[in-house]
Amino acid sequence: MGIKPKMGYQAMERSDVPLTQQDFSSDQMVKWCPGCGDHAILSAVAKVFPEIGYKKESFCIVSGIGCSSRFPYYVNTYGFHSIHGRANAVATGVCIANKHLSVWVATGDGDSLAIGGNHFIHVIRRNLDLNIMLFNNKIYGLTKGQYSPTSDMGSVTKTSPYGTIEQPFQVGELVIGAQGTFFARAIDSNPKFITEVMFEAAKHDGTSVVEILQNCVIFNDGTHDLITGKETKDDYQLILRHGEKMLFGKNKEKGIRMRKHGLEVVEIGPNGEGLEKVLVHDMYNPNPGVHLMLAKMFPPHFPIALGVIRSANFPTYELLLQQQIDDCKATSKIKCVDDLLNSGDTWEIE
Amino acid sequence: MSKQILEKESVVVKFVGDSGDGMQLSGTLFSDAAALAGNDIATFPDYPAEIRAPHNTIAGVSGFQVHIGKETRIIGDKCDVLVAMNPASLRANLKWVDKGATIITDCDAYEEKALEKAGYTSNPLTDGSLSSYCVVAPNITTLAKETALANGLDNKGAERTKNMFCLGMIYYIFNFELDTPFKLLDKRFKGKAHIADVNKKVMQAGFNFAETMEVFASTFQISNVQLEKGRYRNITGNEATAWGLLAAAEKVGKELFLGSYPITPATEILIELAKHKSLGAQVFQAEDEIAGICSAIGASFAGAVACTTTSGPGLSLKTEAIGLAVMTELPLVIVDVQRAGPSTGMPTKSEQSDLNLALFGRNGEAPCIVLAAASPSDCFYKAYNAAKLAMENMTPVILLTDGNTGQGSELFRIPKMTDMLPINPPYATPNDPDFKPYRRDPETLVRQWAVPGMEGLRHRIGGLEKTDVDGLVSTDPQNHAKMVQLRSEKVMRLANRLPKQNVYGNVDADTLIVSWGGTKGAVYTACKEVNNTGKAVAHAHFSQIMPLPYNTAEIFAKYKKILVCELNSGQFANYLRMSLPNFKYEQYNKIQGLPFTVQELVGAINNVINNIK
Repeated sequence: MGIKPKMGYQAMERSDVPLTQQDFSSDQMVKWCPGCGDHAILSAVAKVFPEIGYKKESFCIVSGIGCSSRFPYYVNTYGFHSIHGRANAVATGVCIANKHLSVWVATGDGDSLAIGGNHFIHVIRRNLDLNIMLFNNKIYGLTKGQYSPTSDMGSVTKTSPYGTIEQPFQVGELVIGAQGTFFARAIDSNPKFITEVMFEAAKHDGTSVVEILQNCVIFNDGTHDLITGKETKDDYQLILRHGEKMLFGKNKEKGIRMRKHGLEVVEIGPNGEGLEKVLVHDMYNPNPGVHLMLAKMFPPHFPIALGVIRSANFPTYELLLQQQIDDCKATSKIKCVDDLLNSGDTWEIE
Repeated sequence: MSKQILEKESVVVKFVGDSGDGMQLSGTLFSDAAALAGNDIATFPDYPAEIRAPHNTIAGVSGFQVHIGKETRIIGDKCDVLVAMNPASLRANLKWVDKGATIITDCDAYEEKALEKAGYTSNPLTDGSLSSYCVVAPNITTLAKETALANGLDNKGAERTKNMFCLGMIYYIFNFELDTPFKLLDKRFKGKAHIADVNKKVMQAGFNFAETMEVFASTFQISNVQLEKGRYRNITGNEATAWGLLAAAEKVGKELFLGSYPITPATEILIELAKHKSLGAQVFQAEDEIAGICSAIGASFAGAVACTTTSGPGLSLKTEAIGLAVMTELPLVIVDVQRAGPSTGMPTKSEQSDLNLALFGRNGEAPCIVLAAASPSDCFYKAYNAAKLAMENMTPVILLTDGNTGQGSELFRIPKMTDMLPINPPYATPNDPDFKPYRRDPETLVRQWAVPGMEGLRHRIGGLEKTDVDGLVSTDPQNHAKMVQLRSEKVMRLANRLPKQNVYGNVDADTLIVSWGGTKGAVYTACKEVNNTGKAVAHAHFSQIMPLPYNTAEIFAKYKKILVCELNSGQFANYLRMSLPNFKYEQYNKIQGLPFTVQELVGAINNVINNIK
């Protein structure tokens, strides 16, 4: 039971006709470098939009500046390519002003975590109903290879010839620290999985952040190799699914369990010894404790968690705003501007 | 004592005291009562940036000036009555008091320590230094406390009623009935009937004291005002700006979106709009100035009447985003309530500081419409017009007001929404097969507004240069030259569709006085005074700054001398030199964080007239 939401995934208008990838293909030449991870993300989005099933005019993509931010030109939706760092702020206005849109932000680690860091944390804190696709390649690509806020400590780049001396941001930790209600992680080497995660993001009412680990072939090639490499990926990828045990490894012979001081990797015995202690993923848990620990798992001691780590149900900013507006409209004596102009102390001069 | 009644066309009363003395409340109660008694009014709060600066110091002096009477276009140069609650406030304000004027002050406050903090070496009440003023200095604190304690207030609360005692005395001097302030107190202390009641009793005690003790040598009789018929109210410039924006949104049938960040002296617009959710106002307090404007740009793209409000430092932060609005050709209203700069400058002091920034403060060539409001009530019409022009021309509009105008108040003849000009944005038609994001109306060069969600109009816009008509990303040299020219031409052509510039005063004079924005009242009054002395001067006040009215050159050509008066070191004069270089412009400037006084303007105007050979 419960009140049907007046906005959000359930309430969005659906397309009368089934849509295909073709409906969203743009006539613009895609100008990313050959082999760039962005191509995979683009094809994943082109696949997921028709699956989501909203009217094609309901999608709106907003971006900032950077390689990732060229995204709107390559998808046939309403699109806004804004200025560096401000995609989330522009998208905030789009969301508030028009509650019948599905708003997607295409942004990168420089755009949203450096110059636009302030907007990023605040949009999450407010829980606006939008979907942020954060392309994390740990480098500034469009300006040709300077370190970013997610570059690993010690990264040698054009502006850090002796290695960086800054701790990187961990996106998931930042999102959850900013009261995030949805955080998922995917990787460019698996577009099908990106599609799956994006669909979950679309279904979530509130700010969803999907971090896509993306490879920059030119300036930071191989940064995610340990996670994506054929030999190593099974040992370093934990694919999370709600309600399922957190198992990984070639034969699912390893799992994640809770110890006093946090998570740990446990080997499952040949007869399933230890399986009972392996955690079952609950992405809807409002308490972010385990989600935060999962988001902070990194190789070499842990696999990296992929999939929807957190999808907690909290009211969106738009919903709360609309409730206030509806309440005020119902109770206020001021129904129009003429009422306002004549409110309070006024007097007639004959 | 035989009582003298002074008949005056207008009177200036200034309430000054410590930041916590309730001077803003006293001033408001007095001006509201004066307005309800049928006077024209203009008010201006004058307060320090600190919320509660040290007690009894000059730094902590807070004031509220009220000008009442006939045609109060300005807040008034000098006061006829000064109410000073302590030595520091007297010392800080004595320069604004004419000889012979009335000073009401609280002799209880003139203790040694307070005198010392104010920088007095002897007590001005007794050392004869105030002999050329009519000083009335009863034991105000003692008298007020007596009444308040007798009516059940505690010691601390009782002391705070001293401003009501003064107000009672003031109402007596102006022959005002106490009914009106009593009603206002009931409203102010709604749900606290006892507090309202004690305040009334103290006010009545002050009134009675003034009457029975005959402490004033003279009282004032203000000439009847002849205001245009209609319904009136008092309004501050910032309230009027907020209401003008709401009016535009209602007229065009859209929701208002405000993205804004608190900043002195513009915050009241944000506060006011936040109250009006019943009118559908979507008010978003952003995390910073940049998010304020960027969210508004997003809202505009999504089809709202979008605006952002700020003051100088905030406008600096917004400049990159204004360029984005110029490039994407989206409607947007940017209100800048100017304050003294540069940098943090003097946040609570007014200045016509940001004209250069409004006109030129963006990378690349990014022209937008610039308007300026002339007075508190004019803010309503200018805000409405800014929204109208933004939407009809698909462009950002910067509206310049200033601290004095925004926080000052005056009478406002209440308009009817049916009388407001229609607003007709160039909406795109859903499923129009010919729609292109940068296709323009051949006359106005305005592109169409296609809002996300509309069927058959999906398109992309952004900050990168776009091809003419199709709106595709382009670095083609010829295309860029054309687009730069089109964006400029679009704004310049608007002049042909906007009203012409008017000239007031003695239009056939040799000298033209030019002003813009919030100085209209002072310059108008000064010109009138000069013309009343038998000399001749004409006055052109500009509200439409960019583009300039189409007949500006035609006007300038008629005069031998042009004197540009402004509260900066010559930003409008330089803009005129650049735009209309065939004329010679003289300047009169003031950069003290203070408004023009009529007398200094009269002096400056006479200098120019006298120098004509």
